[in-house]
Parts: sequence; structure tokens; C-alpha cells
Amino acid sequence: MSLVETLSFTWPELVLAIGAMALLITGVFLGDKAAGRISMAAVGLLLLAAVLVFVSPAGAGEASLFDGAFEIDAFAKFCKVLVFGAAAFAILMSDRYLAGEKLGRFEYPVLIVLAAFGMSLMVSATDLISLYMGIETQSLALYILAAFNRDSHRSTEAGLKYFVLGALSSGLLLYGGSLVYGFTGSTSFAEIARVAAAVDNNIGLVFGLVFMISGLAFKVSAAPFHMWTPDVYEGAPTPVTAFFAAAPKLAAMALLTRTLSVSFPGVVGDWQPVIAMIAVASMAVGAFSAIAQTNIKRLMAYSSIGHMGYALVGLAAGTSQGVSSVLIYMAIYVAMTIGTFAVILMMRRRGGLTENIADLSGLSRTNMPMALIMTVLLFSLAGVPPTAGFFGKWFVFLAAVDAGMIWLAVVGVFASAISAFYYLRIVWYMWFDEPAPAFERDAGPTLTFAAWGSALLMFPILTVFVGPLADAAGRAAAALF
Amino acid sequence: MLDIGLGHYLSVAAVLFAIGMAGIFLNRKNIIVILMSIELMLLAVNINLVAFSQFLGDLTGQVFAFMVLTVAAAEAAVGLAILVAFFRNRGDIAVDEANVMKN
Repeated sequence: MSLVETLSFTWPELVLAIGAMALLITGVFLGDKAAGRISMAAVGLLLLAAVLVFVSPAGAGEASLFDGAFEIDAFAKFCKVLVFGAAAFAILMSDRYLAGEKLGRFEYPVLIVLAAFGMSLMVSATDLISLYMGIETQSLALYILAAFNRDSHRSTEAGLKYFVLGALSSGLLLYGGSLVYGFTGSTSFAEIARVAAAVDNNIGLVFGLVFMISGLAFKVSAAPFHMWTPDVYEGAPTPVTAFFAAAPKLAAMALLTRTLSVSFPGVVGDWQPVIAMIAVASMAVGAFSAIAQTNIKRLMAYSSIGHMGYALVGLAAGTSQGVSSVLIYMAIYVAMTIGTFAVILMMRRRGGLTENIADLSGLSRTNMPMALIMTVLLFSLAGVPPTAGFFGKWFVFLAAVDAGMIWLAVVGVFASAISAFYYLRIVWYMWFDEPAPAFERDAGPTLTFAAWGSALLMFPILTVFVGPLADAAGRAAAALF
Repeated sequence: MLDIGLGHYLSVAAVLFAIGMAGIFLNRKNIIVILMSIELMLLAVNINLVAFSQFLGDLTGQVFAFMVLTVAAAEAAVGLAILVAFFRNRGDIAVDEANVMKN
């Protein structure tokens, strides 16, 4: 394949990479007063990239590029659209917050575009080298975003913790990658899969595999590698937290799924128990640790750890059905997380954002629409039927049962019953408690749109249209098998 | 005369990696030491990659090692920048001091 032909498949990535550079130069010349326009341009770039995923000039084709290091398939396209969409929302939802905190700097949208570019590499990576480059492109941008409020103690501490643990996880991942390379003789996923299936009892390979899973578990913040999550979520500026909870989780989960399903299908028996244990630990941490939280961002951190556990239940099944359920789960998770953080960003009183769960008390009497939205989203996070969150859990547990891991599904059901407690407790506060002082009413169009859109998606849109989503996820999953 | 083979290189890398990891978890004094430990871990990976590359007669490992070197440099730059921002706020870079957020 000629270079021009190869590049014609990578239009979304080219648009993001070149666009980010152009925006950076523009920002340097125009300064922070152009931050608003640069944000809009960045949103435009992300939406253009999302469109180009499907209407690439090379046709809606599928291809393996750069000597099998970069794969364009249904799986990658599914994830890329979600990642670009979540990134665009992260920029749109931030304007009011950043202006209020005097953080309106032009680097913010540029960093998000660069992170989205890294995630785009991650979900397409089919080689250890491109996998590593994708993760690092994403992570370096995210470390800076976490510390974006550089005059805040909490934000810089969050950035520092994220950096140290992120670098540690990259180290684990790389060490595992080097062992896998050494014991299979190749960095390409396809070649690794061929050798791994042919050789029995390759202890070096299993070592490498476990190191890689540990490193990637850090990135998806699955227990027992989750300790950075609550601090980073609490300390980072809230729109950044919203971004962290959505797009990078999806990209890392997609990467983990592709790595395990494409390069290690021959050794399912070796990684299946590891993933199952990580899933159980994450669900348990998510269910129990969140109960004692009073800060809503910390609560969402533990909630996201739990949700990663449920998604990993689908992955642990090790089947095409399991991968498809992971994708369904992650798509629903991303949508409801963005909505929940839109509501959290609306928790604004004179003098700034409030973050305590107690501030939501009696919300139904002070701000009925906001209480309704949050109730639907919390029901969905808890997995109460008939919201979309229920269907997400339904598909992952079904995949586990069909793969003969009934115990795992049972643990999952118990964990979601326990975690329903702290979600529904917030609903109780909102509807039956004495009202706390009201929030400012004018939330701005983007937050309102994000919150309403997400709530309506959870119920009733996705309740009715969960079939098409499942079909799309099924096609995406089939690309890996 | 002792022949130095793949196993020796892997052992050195494993020891370096373990020292790096221990440095991150045991050190309670200085965040700069954590940055050095991270570099140590990446160095261990590079030794692994180059040793395997030589052993397998395959250049991919060395290409990979160059990628790791490049990214490690960028990572150190970002890490130090965040550390400087942290220091400006606190006037201290002790690990124990990074505790504004607690359960």
C-alpha cells in the first residue's frame, strides 16, 4: 500500500494531530483572549474527526496499516466515535467553569484534542509499539490536564499523583511488553497470538501477560490498581474529571479488550481468572468504599471503579458476546457519566462550585428539572430497570453466564445491589430532605443540553433503542474474532 | 570464562526494575527520587528489549527501545513541570506532604 493510500485511511488522526498543532500556534499568537474561539475550533475538529471515521476518503473500508501496527476496523470505529464525542462534550461543558475559576487558557482544548488523538491511536493499536505510543500520547496530555489549575493545592497534587502512578503503570505495561516481545519474537498482535497459541506453558509469556494486564488495569482504574482514582478525581478541575471519567476509560478498556482478544486468544485460560478476580475486586471496592463518601466527585470515582468491574465481567467471559457486552456497557457508561458530571457542574452557588452530596438535599423543591435529570441518571448508574444502565449490566452478566461463569454474574448482581444503596440515598436526599440553599438557575445551554440529552438517552431513548446499539457493538466485537 | 548470556541481562533488568518499584513505594522523603525510580524502571525495560533484540536477531526490540527513550524524556519533562507547579504551591516536595485529599 502506498503512503498516500495508507494516510487516506487515517484522516481522523491526521485532522486531530495537525489541527491541534495549528490551534496551538494560533493560541500562542492570539493569547488567552482567543480561548473561546479556540475551544469552538477544537470541538469542530473533534466532530469532523468523528464524521471522518465513517466517511474517510478511502471509503468506509477496513485496513491494517503500517505493517500491521494500526488497524481500522469496526471495533476501532465504534470506540473512536464515542471517544471523539466525549472529548467534544468535555470541552463544551468546561467554558463556564473555566471562566469562573479564571482558567480560561487556550491550552485546555488543545490538550483535550491531543489526548483524543492518543486515544484514537490506542483503540486502533495492534502492535506493542503503537499501543505504548498511543497510551503515552494520551497520558502526557492527561497529566497536564489534571494539574491544569496550577495555583490550586488540590489540582497540582492530583496531577502529581496521577503522573507518578501513571508512569508506574506505563513501566509495568512496558516491562510486560518487553517480556512478551522476548518470548514470542514479535511486537505484532497477530504474530504474538500465533506463537502464544503454538507454544505450551510459556512461563515468560505468562509473566509478561500478567505485567501487561496490571499496567492496563491501572489505566482503567480497576481494583487493586485504583488508589490514584479518588484523589485525582477530587483534585482535578471538575470538567477535567468529567473527561477523565468518560473518554480515557473507554479507550483504555478498548485497548485492554483488543490486546487480550487479539493477541492472547490462545491462552484464555491464563488471563481469564486474572480478569475475573480484578472484576470482583473492582465491583467490591466500588460497592463498599463509595458508601462513606461525602464529596460527589470522590463518590463518582468509586462509582467508576465499580463500573469498570462490571465491564470487566464481560471481558472475563472471553467470547465475542463478552466483548460486545463490554462495548455496550462502556457506551452507556460514557453517556451517563457525561450527564452526571453536567449536573455536578450545575451545582453552582454564588462564589463557586459546591461538591458535597449534602448540597443536593431537597433539590426537588428548589430545582425540579435538575432533580429529575439527576434521579434518572442515578437510577441508570445503579442499574435500575428500565433505564439504560440496567441493560448494560444485563448484557455483561448474560455474557458471563453464557461463558459458564455463573458465580461471577452472581457476585456482580450482589455488588450492584449494594451500590444501589448509595445512589438511591442521593435520590432520597433530593426528594425527601429539607432543602439546602438553591443553586444558580442559569446553567448555560451546553450543560443543560448535556444533562437533558444524557438523561433522555438513559430513559427512554436507549430503553427503546438498545437493540441497534447492541447490533453495532456486536459488529464491532466480531471484528476482533 | 563465564559466558554472559540472555539470562544475565534479564536478571540485571529484573533487579533494576525491582529497585525502581521499591524506590517508588518505600521512599517517603522526596518526590524527585520517585522520578528517578521511574527512569530506573524504564531503563530496565530498555535493557530487556535490547537484550531480547540481540538474542532474537530482530531489530524491532531496538526500535522499541528508542521509542521508550524518547517518550521517557517527554515524560520526565511533564513530570518535572508538574513538580514545579506543586512546589510553588507548597514550598516543599516531601512525599508525606502530598496529602491535601484524604478519605
